[in-house]
Amino acid sequence: MNRISTVFEKASGPILNVYATAGFPKLGDTMLVLEALQEGGVDIIEIGMPYSDPVADGETIQQSNQISLDQGMTVALLFEQLKDLRKKVQVPVLLMGYINPVLQFGVERFCQKCQEVGVDGLILPDLPMAEYEAEYREVFEKYGLYNIFLITPQTKDKRIHQIDAVSKGFIYMVSSASTTGAKSGISSEQALYFDRINQMNLKNPRLIGFGISDRESFLKASSSASGAIIGSAFVKLLAKSSDLKKDIIAFVREIKGTN
Amino acid sequence: MTYQVDEKGYYGEFGGAFIPEMLYPNVEELRTHYLEIMNEPSFQQEFHDLLRDFVGRPTPLFAAKRLSEKYQTQIFLKREDLCHTGAHKVNNTIGQILVAKRLGKNKIVAETGAGQHGVATATVCALMGLECIVYMGAIDIERQAPNVARMRMLGAKVVAAQSGSKTLKDATNEAMRHWINNPVDTHYIIGSVVGPHPYPDMVARFQSVISEEIKTQLMEKEGRNYPDYVLACVGGGSNAAGAFYHFLDEPRTQLIAAEAAGQGVGTGHSAATTFLGKSGVLHGSRSLLMQTEDGQVIEPYSISAGLDYPGIGPMHAHLFKTGRAHFYDITDEEALDSALELSQLEGIIPALESAHALAVLPKLQAKPQEIVVINLSGRGDKDLATYQQRLKL
Repeated sequence: MNRISTVFEKASGPILNVYATAGFPKLGDTMLVLEALQEGGVDIIEIGMPYSDPVADGETIQQSNQISLDQGMTVALLFEQLKDLRKKVQVPVLLMGYINPVLQFGVERFCQKCQEVGVDGLILPDLPMAEYEAEYREVFEKYGLYNIFLITPQTKDKRIHQIDAVSKGFIYMVSSASTTGAKSGISSEQALYFDRINQMNLKNPRLIGFGISDRESFLKASSSASGAIIGSAFVKLLAKSSDLKKDIIAFVREIKGTN
Repeated sequence: MTYQVDEKGYYGEFGGAFIPEMLYPNVEELRTHYLEIMNEPSFQQEFHDLLRDFVGRPTPLFAAKRLSEKYQTQIFLKREDLCHTGAHKVNNTIGQILVAKRLGKNKIVAETGAGQHGVATATVCALMGLECIVYMGAIDIERQAPNVARMRMLGAKVVAAQSGSKTLKDATNEAMRHWINNPVDTHYIIGSVVGPHPYPDMVARFQSVISEEIKTQLMEKEGRNYPDYVLACVGGGSNAAGAFYHFLDEPRTQLIAAEAAGQGVGTGHSAATTFLGKSGVLHGSRSLLMQTEDGQVIEPYSISAGLDYPGIGPMHAHLFKTGRAHFYDITDEEALDSALELSQLEGIIPALESAHALAVLPKLQAKPQEIVVINLSGRGDKDLATYQQRLKL
């Protein structure tokens, strides 16, 4: 069984998914960041594959992508860095990125590599559902990869049901109409949207992302979903940290309330 | 073989709509309504009235006698440089703002490189009383100060794109991000035949007025409704799409596209996408794209800010792949020479972009009785600083 499903089945509290840009802050930091996240008690890790033109991302993640690329990060190097992933990290790992680097690497070769190193799923925001079903689903499934889809406050109910039918693992619920890291906190309007989706009886659990930055917003989002995703706030921490391991563990424990 | 978009938004293997879910409702709304809106008689009436009375269409098809004599063939210039605002870009912005109004949008966002599309967008927003935000690369804002001033005078807010290479590709990223953050009341007016379906098709249809007029005008002047060659420059490719559109299925017309080779295709300072690009996805569609082996987008170079784009519209990628259009790579120097030549032979100072199309003439070897139409997409006022410097005026 895919590790993502296991996490949702066994979870006793809200699930925390943290995004970290690969090769950031230093090119060789990828595994160190993953191990510290696990030690802190994170439930799912999302590794960002840097891209020159990340249109769904705000300034913080864009800059981390550019720094990582400038330091020499590539898809091939990332797989090299992850070759001993499963000797050290047991939590589910997703790769998040944009479709073009995957196309250039070769879709099947990419999926094969994911399976080889122990990646459980993919988040590719510019790969829409129709393209996924027509061209990608078969090969993703062949290598046991879950493809995670996004929904937003503007997504119509009919499409949410279609996305639910195609999804495995969980649905990534974007908290507001925005790029990543644009806003902080959860408004009452957003809470209504979370409740609306919660009442749709979807077969997949949901994690809420965008605008989640601290324990308060994490708990608020988790009250109407299975958990939440933190990205930009964590990347900001990585950018300024002088003791990565210590700061990462403290960050996760603070959010989870286990410190 | 069809050269039109199919029902899934593809031209052969190119096209599609590779957009994040945040943009899906907007793009889907546009996709399901654009043809219906464009076919409404009231839309057609308003569009054509504005093209006539505001833009100044039809633009002349000018028999360039001295140029024809030099190249020993019959050369006609389609004078898009005489459009209001100085280039063909306004054909598309007029069309799209009328679509935006019918979709109930009251704000407009756009990207611009050299500033021509930004000015054309700011112009129609002023005309229609809609709020206008234009993203422009921070470096382009410095290079194209007169167009920045024009946009501001027309009431638009010009925002510097500070990300990435701070040029057109990044301005496009920022405009898309702005749309993601403002999905309900805003329409994104893309300036070229790029972006997710239905943009390439919609923009090509608005620009197709160019070839529609060429057909009629050639019939009046020459008694035939097709040329032997149509020449146009291609960055994203909107003026070429418009100039080719009604000749796509006319086998007697050769379609010729001029790409910006910059300092030369092999120099690492070039924007010649069909020569240097591979199939990839940028700004919502699959097309030919200049990129690294790892799939990171490469920043192109051209003396002409309007051709300085790492991709090409999916329709053009298809025309290239099928061999329907022939692509020439034109260097900065060749374009400059041709700009000077047209100025002194015909009394017309072309835009640097259009000068790339003119620079195909010495390579074309058209026969004396053949008819060559060159789409003169814009006028050269905006390029005077470059001309002064490079031509030592």
